Amino acid sequence: MDITSLTVHELMEKLEKKEINSVEITKAYVDRINDKEKDVKAFVTTTCDDAMKRAKEIDNKKENGEKLSPYAGIPIGIKDNMCTKGVRTTCSSKMLENFISPYDATVVEKLNDEQIISLGKLNMDEFAMGASTEYSYFKKTANPWNLNTVPGGSSGGSAAAVAAELVPWALGSDTGGSIRQPASFCGVVGLKPTYGLVSRYGLVAFASSLDQIGPITKDVRDAAMLLNIIAGHDERDTTSYEAPKKDYVKALKNDVKGLKIGIPKEYFGEGINPEVKAKLEEAIETYKKLGAEVEEFSLDIATYALATYYIIACAEASSNLGRFDGIRYGYRTENFSNLKELYRNSRSEGFGPEVKRRIILGTYVLSSGYYDAYYKKAQQVRTLVKKEFDRAFEKYDVLLTPTSPTVAFEIGTRSNNPLEMYLADICTVSLNIAGLPGISIPCGVNSEGMPIGMQLIGNKFEEEKILNAAYTFEQEYKFRDKYKPDLCKK
Amino acid sequence: MADVSREELLHIAKLANLNLKEEELDGYLSNLQDILNFANVVNNADTEGLGETIGENDKFNVFRKDEVKVFEDNEALLMNAKEKERNMFKIPKVIS
Repeated sequence: MDITSLTVHELMEKLEKKEINSVEITKAYVDRINDKEKDVKAFVTTTCDDAMKRAKEIDNKKENGEKLSPYAGIPIGIKDNMCTKGVRTTCSSKMLENFISPYDATVVEKLNDEQIISLGKLNMDEFAMGASTEYSYFKKTANPWNLNTVPGGSSGGSAAAVAAELVPWALGSDTGGSIRQPASFCGVVGLKPTYGLVSRYGLVAFASSLDQIGPITKDVRDAAMLLNIIAGHDERDTTSYEAPKKDYVKALKNDVKGLKIGIPKEYFGEGINPEVKAKLEEAIETYKKLGAEVEEFSLDIATYALATYYIIACAEASSNLGRFDGIRYGYRTENFSNLKELYRNSRSEGFGPEVKRRIILGTYVLSSGYYDAYYKKAQQVRTLVKKEFDRAFEKYDVLLTPTSPTVAFEIGTRSNNPLEMYLADICTVSLNIAGLPGISIPCGVNSEGMPIGMQLIGNKFEEEKILNAAYTFEQEYKFRDKYKPDLCKK
Repeated sequence: MADVSREELLHIAKLANLNLKEEELDGYLSNLQDILNFANVVNNADTEGLGETIGENDKFNVFRKDEVKVFEDNEALLMNAKEKERNMFKIPKVIS
Protein backbone atom coordinates (compact mmCIF):
# COMPACT_ATOMS: atom_id res chain seq x y z
CA MET A 1 0.00 0.00 0.00
CA ASP A 2 1.34 3.43 -0.97
CA ILE A 3 0.40 5.23 2.23
CA THR A 4 1.62 8.71 1.39
CA SER A 5 -0.43 8.91 -1.80
CA LEU A 6 -3.68 8.51 0.15
CA THR A 7 -5.94 11.37 1.22
CA VAL A 8 -6.74 11.83 4.90
CA HIS A 9 -10.28 10.48 4.51
CA GLU A 10 -8.82 7.37 2.86
CA LEU A 11 -6.33 6.99 5.73
CA MET A 12 -9.15 7.35 8.24
CA GLU A 13 -11.17 4.60 6.57
CA LYS A 14 -8.18 2.29 6.83
CA LEU A 15 -7.59 3.26 10.45
CA GLU A 16 -11.26 2.61 11.21
CA LYS A 17 -11.08 -0.84 9.61
CA LYS A 18 -7.79 -1.49 11.43
CA GLU A 19 -6.04 -2.20 8.12
CA ILE A 20 -3.32 0.19 9.21
CA ASN A 21 -2.16 1.90 12.40
CA SER A 22 -0.77 5.29 13.23
CA VAL A 23 2.83 4.09 13.53
CA GLU A 24 2.68 2.75 9.97
CA ILE A 25 1.20 5.99 8.65
CA THR A 26 3.63 8.21 10.53
CA LYS A 27 6.61 6.04 9.62
CA ALA A 28 5.65 6.24 5.93
CA TYR A 29 5.69 10.04 6.13
CA VAL A 30 8.93 10.16 8.11
CA ASP A 31 10.58 7.94 5.48
CA ARG A 32 9.21 10.10 2.73
CA ILE A 33 10.54 13.27 4.44
CA ASN A 34 13.96 11.63 4.85
CA ASP A 35 13.91 10.78 1.16
CA LYS A 36 12.47 13.92 -0.50
CA GLU A 37 12.83 16.87 1.86
CA LYS A 38 16.32 17.54 0.50
CA ASP A 39 14.78 18.26 -2.92
CA VAL A 40 11.66 20.14 -1.80
CA LYS A 41 12.97 21.99 1.28
CA ALA A 42 9.46 22.46 2.67
CA PHE A 43 10.27 22.34 6.39
CA VAL A 44 11.94 24.82 8.72
CA THR A 45 11.78 22.31 11.60
CA THR A 46 10.86 18.63 11.50
CA THR A 47 9.62 16.83 14.61
CA CYS A 48 9.78 13.27 13.29
CA ASP A 49 11.06 11.59 16.47
CA ASP A 50 8.37 13.17 18.56
CA ALA A 51 5.77 12.27 15.92
CA MET A 52 6.80 8.59 16.03
CA LYS A 53 6.58 8.62 19.81
CA ARG A 54 3.10 10.09 19.74
CA ALA A 55 1.99 7.61 17.07
CA LYS A 56 3.08 4.71 19.31
CA GLU A 57 1.21 6.19 22.28
CA ILE A 58 -1.96 6.55 20.22
CA ASP A 59 -1.74 2.99 18.88
CA ASN A 60 -1.21 1.71 22.42
CA LYS A 61 -4.25 3.60 23.67
CA LYS A 62 -6.34 2.16 20.86
CA GLU A 63 -5.13 -1.35 21.62
CA ASN A 64 -6.15 -0.81 25.23
CA GLY A 65 -9.63 -0.03 24.01
CA GLU A 66 -9.61 3.71 24.66
CA LYS A 67 -12.08 5.65 22.56
CA LEU A 68 -10.15 8.28 20.62
CA SER A 69 -11.03 10.92 18.03
CA PRO A 70 -11.43 9.50 14.51
CA TYR A 71 -8.51 11.76 13.54
CA ALA A 72 -6.23 10.33 16.25
CA GLY A 73 -2.90 9.33 14.76
CA ILE A 74 -3.18 11.28 11.50
CA PRO A 75 -0.07 13.43 10.84
CA ILE A 76 -0.08 17.08 9.74
CA GLY A 77 2.32 19.92 8.87
CA ILE A 78 1.93 23.43 10.31
CA LYS A 79 3.02 26.72 8.76
CA ASP A 80 5.77 28.22 10.86
CA ASN A 81 3.79 31.29 11.91
CA MET A 82 1.47 29.37 14.24
CA CYS A 83 2.70 29.06 17.80
CA THR A 84 3.59 25.59 19.02
CA LYS A 85 4.60 25.21 22.63
CA GLY A 86 8.04 23.70 22.96
CA VAL A 87 8.80 23.70 19.21
CA ARG A 88 10.31 26.84 17.70
CA THR A 89 8.08 29.20 15.70
CA THR A 90 10.32 31.22 13.40
CA CYS A 91 8.03 32.88 10.80
CA SER A 92 11.02 32.01 8.57
CA SER A 93 12.78 35.06 10.02
CA LYS A 94 16.16 35.58 11.62
CA MET A 95 14.19 37.69 14.10
CA LEU A 96 12.48 34.59 15.52
CA GLU A 97 15.10 31.98 14.63
CA ASN A 98 15.25 30.69 18.22
CA PHE A 99 11.81 31.69 19.45
CA ILE A 100 9.98 29.03 21.42
CA SER A 101 6.39 29.98 22.15
CA PRO A 102 5.21 29.59 25.74
CA TYR A 103 1.77 28.51 24.50
CA ASP A 104 -0.04 26.81 21.62
CA ALA A 105 -2.10 28.70 19.04
CA THR A 106 -5.83 27.88 19.28
CA VAL A 107 -5.68 25.95 16.00
CA VAL A 108 -2.76 23.91 17.34
CA GLU A 109 -4.73 23.18 20.53
CA LYS A 110 -7.60 21.98 18.36
CA LEU A 111 -5.29 19.64 16.43
CA ASN A 112 -3.90 18.34 19.73
CA ASP A 113 -7.44 17.78 21.05
CA GLU A 114 -8.05 15.47 18.08
CA GLN A 115 -4.66 13.82 18.68
CA ILE A 116 -3.44 14.82 15.25
CA ILE A 117 0.35 14.48 15.10
CA SER A 118 2.59 17.32 13.90
CA LEU A 119 5.47 16.35 11.60
CA GLY A 120 6.93 19.83 11.88
CA LYS A 121 6.83 23.48 10.92
CA LEU A 122 6.65 24.52 7.29
CA ASN A 123 8.61 27.15 5.41
CA MET A 124 7.08 30.46 4.33
CA ASP A 125 7.98 33.94 3.17
CA GLU A 126 9.38 35.86 6.13
CA PHE A 127 6.43 36.99 8.29
CA ALA A 128 4.14 35.76 5.46
CA MET A 129 5.20 38.66 3.25
CA GLY A 130 5.65 37.32 -0.26
CA ALA A 131 4.18 35.19 -3.02
CA SER A 132 6.99 32.70 -3.69
CA THR A 133 8.54 31.59 -0.37
CA GLU A 134 11.82 33.03 -1.68
CA TYR A 135 11.79 35.62 1.11
CA SER A 136 12.33 32.95 3.77
CA TYR A 137 15.46 33.63 5.81
CA PHE A 138 16.29 29.92 5.87
CA LYS A 139 15.74 28.35 2.46
CA LYS A 140 13.91 28.52 -0.84
CA THR A 141 11.26 25.82 -1.09
CA ALA A 142 10.94 24.14 -4.49
CA ASN A 143 7.72 23.37 -6.34
CA PRO A 144 7.35 19.56 -6.49
CA TRP A 145 6.02 19.80 -10.07
CA ASN A 146 9.24 21.43 -11.27
CA LEU A 147 12.00 21.94 -8.76
CA ASN A 148 13.28 25.03 -10.59
CA THR A 149 10.04 26.89 -9.98
CA VAL A 150 8.60 28.48 -6.84
CA PRO A 151 5.80 26.83 -4.84
CA GLY A 152 4.03 30.19 -4.47
CA GLY A 153 3.65 31.89 -1.15
CA SER A 154 3.56 32.76 1.48
CA SER A 155 2.38 29.27 2.58
CA GLY A 156 4.74 27.71 0.02
CA GLY A 157 6.16 25.14 2.42
CA SER A 158 2.65 23.95 3.32
CA ALA A 159 1.50 23.61 -0.31
CA ALA A 160 4.75 21.99 -1.49
CA ALA A 161 4.73 19.52 1.42
CA VAL A 162 1.18 18.40 0.59
CA ALA A 163 1.93 18.17 -3.15
CA ALA A 164 5.16 16.21 -2.55
CA GLU A 165 3.36 13.89 -0.09
CA LEU A 166 5.61 14.89 2.80
CA VAL A 167 2.49 15.52 4.90
CA PRO A 168 -1.08 14.33 4.25
CA TRP A 169 -2.46 17.83 4.89
CA ALA A 170 -1.30 21.13 6.31
CA LEU A 171 -2.34 24.42 7.82
CA GLY A 172 -1.56 27.65 6.01
CA SER A 173 -2.47 31.27 6.56
CA ASP A 174 -3.84 33.73 4.04
CA THR A 175 -3.57 37.53 4.21
CA GLY A 176 -3.80 38.30 0.49
CA GLY A 177 -3.77 34.88 -1.17
CA SER A 178 -1.12 33.04 0.82
CA ILE A 179 -3.13 29.80 1.02
CA ARG A 180 -4.85 29.87 -2.37
CA GLN A 181 -1.99 30.98 -4.63
CA PRO A 182 0.53 28.35 -3.44
CA ALA A 183 -2.24 25.72 -3.57
CA SER A 184 -2.80 26.74 -7.18
CA PHE A 185 0.93 26.62 -8.02
CA CYS A 186 1.31 23.18 -6.40
CA GLY A 187 -1.87 21.54 -7.75
CA VAL A 188 -3.55 21.07 -4.36
CA VAL A 189 -6.63 22.42 -2.60
CA GLY A 190 -6.39 25.58 -0.45
CA LEU A 191 -9.24 27.17 1.48
CA LYS A 192 -9.27 30.64 3.01
CA PRO A 193 -12.22 30.77 5.38
CA THR A 194 -14.39 33.84 6.07
CA TYR A 195 -12.62 36.34 8.32
CA GLY A 196 -13.56 35.47 11.89
CA LEU A 197 -14.39 31.79 11.31
CA VAL A 198 -11.03 30.47 12.54
CA SER A 199 -9.29 31.88 15.61
CA ARG A 200 -6.13 33.90 15.03
CA TYR A 201 -4.95 33.48 18.61
CA GLY A 202 -1.33 32.34 18.41
CA LEU A 203 -0.96 33.19 14.73
CA VAL A 204 1.92 35.65 14.47
CA ALA A 205 0.17 38.77 13.17
CA PHE A 206 0.98 40.24 9.77
CA ALA A 207 -2.16 42.27 8.97
CA SER A 208 -4.73 41.59 11.65
CA SER A 209 -7.81 42.68 9.73
CA LEU A 210 -6.93 40.37 6.81
CA ASP A 211 -5.17 37.27 8.25
CA GLN A 212 -7.02 33.93 8.34
CA ILE A 213 -5.80 30.37 8.93
CA GLY A 214 -7.05 27.61 6.64
CA PRO A 215 -6.47 24.10 5.25
CA ILE A 216 -4.18 23.01 2.41
CA THR A 217 -5.12 19.49 1.36
CA LYS A 218 -5.04 16.89 -1.39
CA ASP A 219 -8.76 17.09 -2.04
CA VAL A 220 -11.91 19.00 -1.15
CA ARG A 221 -13.24 16.45 1.35
CA ASP A 222 -10.03 16.73 3.38
CA ALA A 223 -10.35 20.54 3.31
CA ALA A 224 -13.91 20.31 4.66
CA MET A 225 -12.76 17.94 7.42
CA LEU A 226 -9.85 20.13 8.47
CA LEU A 227 -12.15 23.17 8.49
CA ASN A 228 -14.50 21.23 10.78
CA ILE A 229 -11.62 20.82 13.21
CA ILE A 230 -10.25 24.38 13.23
CA ALA A 231 -13.40 26.52 12.87
CA GLY A 232 -15.19 27.90 15.88
CA HIS A 233 -15.46 30.73 18.33
CA ASP A 234 -12.52 31.58 20.57
CA GLU A 235 -12.83 34.18 23.29
CA ARG A 236 -9.10 34.91 22.99
CA ASP A 237 -9.62 36.44 19.53
CA THR A 238 -11.95 39.45 19.67
CA THR A 239 -12.71 39.15 15.96
CA SER A 240 -13.68 35.51 16.28
CA TYR A 241 -17.26 34.96 15.13
CA GLU A 242 -19.82 33.41 17.45
CA ALA A 243 -21.80 30.94 15.40
CA PRO A 244 -23.08 27.40 15.80
CA LYS A 245 -20.69 24.67 14.63
CA LYS A 246 -21.33 23.33 11.15
CA ASP A 247 -20.36 20.05 9.53
CA TYR A 248 -18.77 21.13 6.27
CA VAL A 249 -18.45 17.56 5.01
CA LYS A 250 -22.26 17.40 4.83
CA ALA A 251 -22.17 20.24 2.30
CA LEU A 252 -20.42 18.02 -0.27
CA LYS A 253 -23.39 16.94 -2.39
CA ASN A 254 -21.75 16.43 -5.80
CA ASP A 255 -24.55 18.45 -7.34
CA VAL A 256 -24.48 21.97 -8.75
CA LYS A 257 -27.80 21.93 -10.60
CA GLY A 258 -29.26 25.41 -10.44
CA LEU A 259 -26.22 26.87 -8.69
CA LYS A 260 -25.78 30.44 -9.88
CA ILE A 261 -22.14 31.06 -10.79
CA GLY A 262 -21.00 34.59 -11.63
CA ILE A 263 -17.93 35.10 -13.82
CA PRO A 264 -16.37 38.54 -13.23
CA LYS A 265 -15.06 39.29 -16.71
CA GLU A 266 -12.32 41.67 -15.52
CA TYR A 267 -10.54 38.69 -13.94
CA PHE A 268 -10.16 37.10 -17.36
CA GLY A 269 -8.73 40.12 -19.15
CA GLU A 270 -5.30 41.56 -19.70
CA GLY A 271 -2.45 39.97 -17.80
CA ILE A 272 -4.06 36.52 -17.52
CA ASN A 273 -1.91 33.91 -19.22
CA PRO A 274 -3.77 32.43 -22.26
CA GLU A 275 -3.28 28.83 -21.13
CA VAL A 276 -4.65 29.68 -17.68
CA LYS A 277 -7.61 31.39 -19.30
CA ALA A 278 -8.27 28.43 -21.60
CA LYS A 279 -8.36 25.93 -18.71
CA LEU A 280 -10.68 28.19 -16.74
CA GLU A 281 -12.99 28.41 -19.73
CA GLU A 282 -13.06 24.61 -19.94
CA ALA A 283 -13.94 24.50 -16.24
CA ILE A 284 -16.80 26.93 -16.84
CA GLU A 285 -18.11 24.64 -19.60
CA THR A 286 -17.91 21.72 -17.18
CA TYR A 287 -20.05 23.59 -14.67
CA LYS A 288 -22.60 24.36 -17.39
CA LYS A 289 -22.70 20.71 -18.36
CA LEU A 290 -23.27 19.80 -14.71
CA GLY A 291 -26.33 22.04 -14.61
CA ALA A 292 -25.01 25.24 -13.05
CA GLU A 293 -26.34 28.56 -14.29
CA VAL A 294 -23.30 30.51 -15.39
CA GLU A 295 -23.32 34.22 -16.23
CA GLU A 296 -20.65 36.78 -16.97
CA PHE A 297 -20.78 40.12 -15.15
CA SER A 298 -18.64 43.13 -14.37
CA LEU A 299 -16.71 43.44 -11.10
CA ASP A 300 -14.20 46.14 -11.82
CA ILE A 301 -12.31 46.21 -8.54
CA ALA A 302 -9.23 44.01 -9.00
CA THR A 303 -6.66 46.79 -9.47
CA TYR A 304 -8.19 48.98 -6.75
CA ALA A 305 -8.30 46.03 -4.41
CA LEU A 306 -4.62 45.21 -4.98
CA ALA A 307 -3.50 48.80 -4.35
CA THR A 308 -5.75 49.02 -1.30
CA TYR A 309 -4.40 45.73 -0.06
CA TYR A 310 -0.78 46.84 -0.14
CA ILE A 311 -1.62 50.07 1.69
CA ILE A 312 -3.68 48.41 4.42
CA ALA A 313 -1.54 45.29 4.83
CA CYS A 314 1.70 47.27 5.10
CA ALA A 315 0.15 49.81 7.47
CA GLU A 316 -1.03 47.04 9.78
CA ALA A 317 2.28 45.20 9.44
CA SER A 318 4.30 48.27 10.37
CA SER A 319 2.26 48.51 13.54
CA ASN A 320 2.18 44.76 14.33
CA LEU A 321 5.91 44.33 13.81
CA GLY A 322 6.66 47.20 16.16
CA ARG A 323 6.71 44.62 18.94
CA PHE A 324 9.98 43.12 17.74
CA ASP A 325 12.48 45.14 19.72
CA GLY A 326 15.02 42.59 20.95
CA ILE A 327 13.92 42.79 24.59
CA ARG A 328 11.63 39.96 25.66
CA TYR A 329 12.17 37.55 22.80
CA GLY A 330 13.52 37.45 19.29
CA TYR A 331 16.84 38.49 17.82
CA ARG A 332 19.00 40.89 19.84
CA THR A 333 21.96 42.69 18.34
CA GLU A 334 25.39 42.41 19.93
CA ASN A 335 26.12 45.92 18.90
CA PHE A 336 24.54 48.67 21.05
CA SER A 337 25.41 51.25 23.63
CA ASN A 338 21.93 52.46 24.57
CA LEU A 339 18.33 51.29 24.42
CA LYS A 340 17.48 53.12 21.19
CA GLU A 341 20.42 51.49 19.44
CA LEU A 342 19.40 48.14 20.80
CA TYR A 343 15.95 48.54 19.22
CA ARG A 344 17.21 49.87 15.91
CA ASN A 345 20.11 47.52 15.41
CA SER A 346 18.11 44.46 16.49
CA ARG A 347 15.34 45.29 14.02
CA SER A 348 17.71 46.22 11.20
CA GLU A 349 19.75 43.05 11.58
CA GLY A 350 16.78 40.76 12.36
CA PHE A 351 14.37 41.64 9.53
CA GLY A 352 14.98 40.79 5.87
CA PRO A 353 14.69 43.33 3.01
CA GLU A 354 11.06 42.60 2.03
CA VAL A 355 9.87 42.96 5.62
CA LYS A 356 11.74 46.25 5.96
CA ARG A 357 10.30 47.41 2.65
CA ARG A 358 6.77 46.79 3.88
CA ILE A 359 7.38 48.34 7.29
CA ILE A 360 8.71 51.46 5.55
CA LEU A 361 5.76 51.60 3.15
CA GLY A 362 3.35 51.07 6.05
CA THR A 363 4.99 53.74 8.17
CA TYR A 364 4.90 56.11 5.20
CA VAL A 365 1.17 55.69 4.47
CA LEU A 366 0.34 56.16 8.16
CA SER A 367 2.57 59.21 8.62
CA SER A 368 1.04 62.66 8.93
CA GLY A 369 0.67 64.31 5.55
CA TYR A 370 0.04 61.01 3.73
CA TYR A 371 -2.53 59.37 5.97
CA ASP A 372 -5.53 60.87 4.14
CA ALA A 373 -4.18 60.32 0.64
CA TYR A 374 -3.33 56.66 1.16
CA TYR A 375 -4.58 55.01 4.32
CA LYS A 376 -7.91 56.78 4.71
CA LYS A 377 -8.60 56.52 0.98
CA ALA A 378 -7.74 52.81 1.05
CA GLN A 379 -10.21 52.24 3.87
CA GLN A 380 -12.89 53.91 1.77
CA VAL A 381 -11.99 51.79 -1.24
CA ARG A 382 -12.32 48.81 1.06
CA THR A 383 -15.95 49.82 1.63
CA LEU A 384 -16.37 50.09 -2.14
CA VAL A 385 -14.95 46.59 -2.70
CA LYS A 386 -17.31 45.14 -0.09
CA LYS A 387 -20.31 46.88 -1.65
CA GLU A 388 -19.43 45.53 -5.09
CA PHE A 389 -19.21 41.99 -3.71
CA ASP A 390 -22.50 42.46 -1.82
CA ARG A 391 -24.12 43.43 -5.11
CA ALA A 392 -22.64 40.37 -6.84
CA PHE A 393 -23.91 38.01 -4.14
CA GLU A 394 -27.44 39.35 -4.51
CA LYS A 395 -27.41 37.63 -7.91
CA TYR A 396 -24.95 34.75 -7.60
CA ASP A 397 -24.18 31.94 -5.15
CA VAL A 398 -20.54 31.59 -6.11
CA LEU A 399 -18.05 33.60 -8.18
CA LEU A 400 -15.41 31.89 -10.32
CA THR A 401 -11.98 33.32 -11.27
CA PRO A 402 -8.44 32.11 -11.87
CA THR A 403 -6.49 31.84 -8.58
CA SER A 404 -3.40 33.35 -10.14
CA PRO A 405 -2.81 34.97 -13.54
CA THR A 406 0.05 32.54 -14.21
CA VAL A 407 1.40 29.13 -13.27
CA ALA A 408 4.43 28.84 -10.97
CA PHE A 409 7.33 31.00 -12.13
CA GLU A 410 11.02 30.18 -12.00
CA ILE A 411 12.96 30.72 -8.81
CA GLY A 412 14.80 34.05 -8.89
CA THR A 413 12.81 35.66 -11.69
CA ARG A 414 10.68 38.00 -9.59
CA SER A 415 12.34 38.29 -6.22
CA ASN A 416 14.19 41.48 -7.13
CA ASN A 417 11.10 43.24 -8.40
CA PRO A 418 8.69 43.74 -5.49
CA LEU A 419 5.92 45.29 -7.57
CA GLU A 420 5.90 42.41 -10.04
CA MET A 421 5.76 39.98 -7.12
CA TYR A 422 2.76 41.87 -5.74
CA LEU A 423 0.87 41.38 -9.02
CA ALA A 424 0.83 37.62 -8.33
CA ASP A 425 -1.91 38.42 -5.77
CA ILE A 426 -4.21 40.30 -8.15
CA CYS A 427 -6.98 37.65 -8.19
CA THR A 428 -6.90 36.78 -4.50
CA VAL A 429 -6.52 39.94 -2.39
CA SER A 430 -10.01 41.33 -2.94
CA LEU A 431 -11.47 38.48 -0.85
CA ASN A 432 -9.30 39.40 2.12
CA ILE A 433 -10.26 43.05 1.69
CA ALA A 434 -13.93 42.03 1.86
CA GLY A 435 -13.47 39.18 4.40
CA LEU A 436 -14.93 36.55 2.05
CA PRO A 437 -14.14 32.83 1.84
CA GLY A 438 -12.39 31.42 -1.21
CA ILE A 439 -11.10 28.04 -2.31
CA SER A 440 -8.52 27.18 -4.95
CA ILE A 441 -8.71 23.81 -6.66
CA PRO A 442 -6.68 22.49 -9.59
CA CYS A 443 -8.49 22.61 -12.94
CA GLY A 444 -5.80 21.34 -15.29
CA VAL A 445 -2.16 21.73 -16.28
CA ASN A 446 -0.48 23.88 -18.93
CA SER A 447 1.58 22.63 -21.88
CA GLU A 448 4.57 22.16 -19.58
CA GLY A 449 2.57 20.11 -17.14
CA MET A 450 2.33 22.83 -14.46
CA PRO A 451 -0.92 23.00 -12.47
CA ILE A 452 -3.50 25.72 -13.00
CA GLY A 453 -5.83 26.78 -10.19
CA MET A 454 -9.45 27.89 -10.17
CA GLN A 455 -10.75 30.11 -7.39
CA LEU A 456 -14.35 29.91 -6.16
CA ILE A 457 -15.50 32.82 -4.03
CA GLY A 458 -18.42 32.65 -1.60
CA ASN A 459 -20.40 35.14 0.44
CA LYS A 460 -19.49 35.51 4.11
CA PHE A 461 -19.85 32.30 6.11
CA GLU A 462 -21.08 30.43 3.03
CA GLU A 463 -18.15 28.01 2.91
CA GLU A 464 -20.64 25.20 2.20
CA LYS A 465 -21.48 26.61 -1.23
CA ILE A 466 -17.89 26.93 -2.44
CA LEU A 467 -16.92 23.59 -0.93
CA ASN A 468 -19.80 21.85 -2.71
CA ALA A 469 -19.07 23.63 -6.00
CA ALA A 470 -15.38 22.68 -5.72
CA TYR A 471 -16.21 19.09 -4.76
CA THR A 472 -18.62 18.65 -7.65
CA PHE A 473 -16.00 19.85 -10.15
CA GLU A 474 -13.34 17.67 -8.55
CA GLN A 475 -15.52 14.55 -8.78
CA GLU A 476 -16.15 15.24 -12.47
CA TYR A 477 -12.64 16.34 -13.49
CA LYS A 478 -10.59 13.91 -11.35
CA PHE A 479 -7.39 15.95 -11.43
CA ARG A 480 -5.57 13.65 -9.00
CA ASP A 481 -6.20 10.61 -11.20
CA LYS A 482 -4.85 12.41 -14.26
CA TYR A 483 -1.85 14.38 -13.05
CA LYS A 484 0.93 13.93 -10.54
CA PRO A 485 4.33 15.53 -10.04
CA ASP A 486 7.18 13.23 -11.21
CA LEU A 487 8.36 13.28 -7.61
CA CYS A 488 5.22 11.32 -6.65
CA LYS A 489 5.29 8.74 -9.44
CA LYS A 490 6.31 5.54 -7.74
CA MET B 1 3.07 60.86 -8.79
CA ALA B 2 4.56 60.19 -5.43
CA ASP B 3 7.87 61.91 -4.98
CA VAL B 4 9.78 60.72 -1.98
CA SER B 5 13.06 62.38 -1.09
CA ARG B 6 16.04 60.72 0.56
CA GLU B 7 15.48 62.85 3.65
CA GLU B 8 11.88 61.73 3.84
CA LEU B 9 12.89 58.08 3.51
CA LEU B 10 15.44 58.48 6.29
CA HIS B 11 12.82 60.16 8.48
CA ILE B 12 10.36 57.30 7.87
CA ALA B 13 13.07 54.72 8.63
CA LYS B 14 13.80 56.52 11.87
CA LEU B 15 10.11 56.46 12.82
CA ALA B 16 10.08 52.71 12.10
CA ASN B 17 13.21 52.12 14.19
CA LEU B 18 15.19 50.86 11.21
CA ASN B 19 18.66 51.83 10.03
CA LEU B 20 19.17 52.02 6.29
CA LYS B 21 22.71 51.82 5.04
CA GLU B 22 23.87 54.44 2.58
CA GLU B 23 24.25 51.82 -0.17
CA GLU B 24 20.69 50.52 0.44
CA LEU B 25 19.00 53.91 0.18
CA ASP B 26 18.60 54.10 -3.58
CA GLY B 27 17.11 50.63 -3.75
CA TYR B 28 14.54 51.29 -1.03
CA LEU B 29 13.77 54.68 -2.50
CA SER B 30 13.01 53.33 -5.96
CA ASN B 31 10.96 50.41 -4.54
CA LEU B 32 8.94 52.79 -2.38
CA GLN B 33 8.44 55.13 -5.32
CA ASP B 34 7.23 52.30 -7.61
CA ILE B 35 4.85 50.88 -5.05
CA LEU B 36 3.41 54.29 -4.17
CA ASN B 37 2.89 55.10 -7.83
CA PHE B 38 0.96 51.87 -8.16
CA ALA B 39 -0.93 52.45 -4.91
CA ASN B 40 -2.01 55.83 -6.23
CA VAL B 41 -4.68 54.13 -8.35
CA VAL B 42 -6.85 54.12 -5.22
CA ASN B 43 -7.27 57.81 -5.86
CA ASN B 44 -9.11 57.01 -9.12
CA ALA B 45 -11.80 55.11 -7.25
CA ASP B 46 -15.04 56.96 -6.73
CA THR B 47 -15.55 56.82 -2.99
CA GLU B 48 -17.75 59.89 -2.69
CA GLY B 49 -19.90 59.52 0.42
CA LEU B 50 -18.44 56.15 1.42
CA GLY B 51 -17.36 55.50 5.00
CA GLU B 52 -14.14 53.81 6.01
CA THR B 53 -13.99 50.10 6.69
CA ILE B 54 -11.53 49.54 9.49
CA GLY B 55 -11.83 45.85 10.17
CA GLU B 56 -13.73 43.08 8.52
CA ASN B 57 -16.52 42.51 10.95
CA ASP B 58 -17.59 46.04 11.71
CA LYS B 59 -21.01 44.86 12.76
CA PHE B 60 -19.89 42.85 15.73
CA ASN B 61 -17.32 42.78 18.42
CA VAL B 62 -17.00 39.87 20.75
CA PHE B 63 -16.63 40.85 24.35
CA ARG B 64 -15.53 38.79 27.30
CA LYS B 65 -15.27 39.54 30.98
CA ASP B 66 -12.13 41.45 31.91
CA GLU B 67 -10.80 38.85 34.27
CA VAL B 68 -7.21 38.50 35.39
CA LYS B 69 -5.77 35.13 34.46
CA VAL B 70 -2.30 34.37 35.72
CA PHE B 71 0.03 32.78 33.20
CA GLU B 72 1.85 30.31 35.39
CA ASP B 73 4.69 29.23 33.16
CA ASN B 74 7.20 32.04 33.87
CA GLU B 75 10.03 29.83 32.83
CA ALA B 76 8.64 29.39 29.34
CA LEU B 77 8.25 33.17 29.04
CA LEU B 78 11.75 33.95 30.23
CA MET B 79 13.31 31.18 28.17
CA ASN B 80 13.34 33.49 25.14
CA ALA B 81 15.02 36.39 26.94
CA LYS B 82 18.55 37.16 25.79
CA GLU B 83 19.48 38.52 29.21
CA LYS B 84 17.66 37.98 32.44
CA GLU B 85 18.26 38.45 36.13
CA ARG B 86 16.31 36.53 38.74
CA ASN B 87 12.78 36.62 37.37
CA MET B 88 13.18 39.65 35.13
CA PHE B 89 14.15 40.73 31.63
CA LYS B 90 17.40 42.66 31.67
CA ILE B 91 17.78 45.67 29.39
CA PRO B 92 20.43 48.38 29.03
CA LYS B 93 20.27 51.39 31.32
CA VAL B 94 17.62 53.88 30.13
CA ILE B 95 18.36 56.82 32.45
CA SER B 96 21.93 58.05 32.23
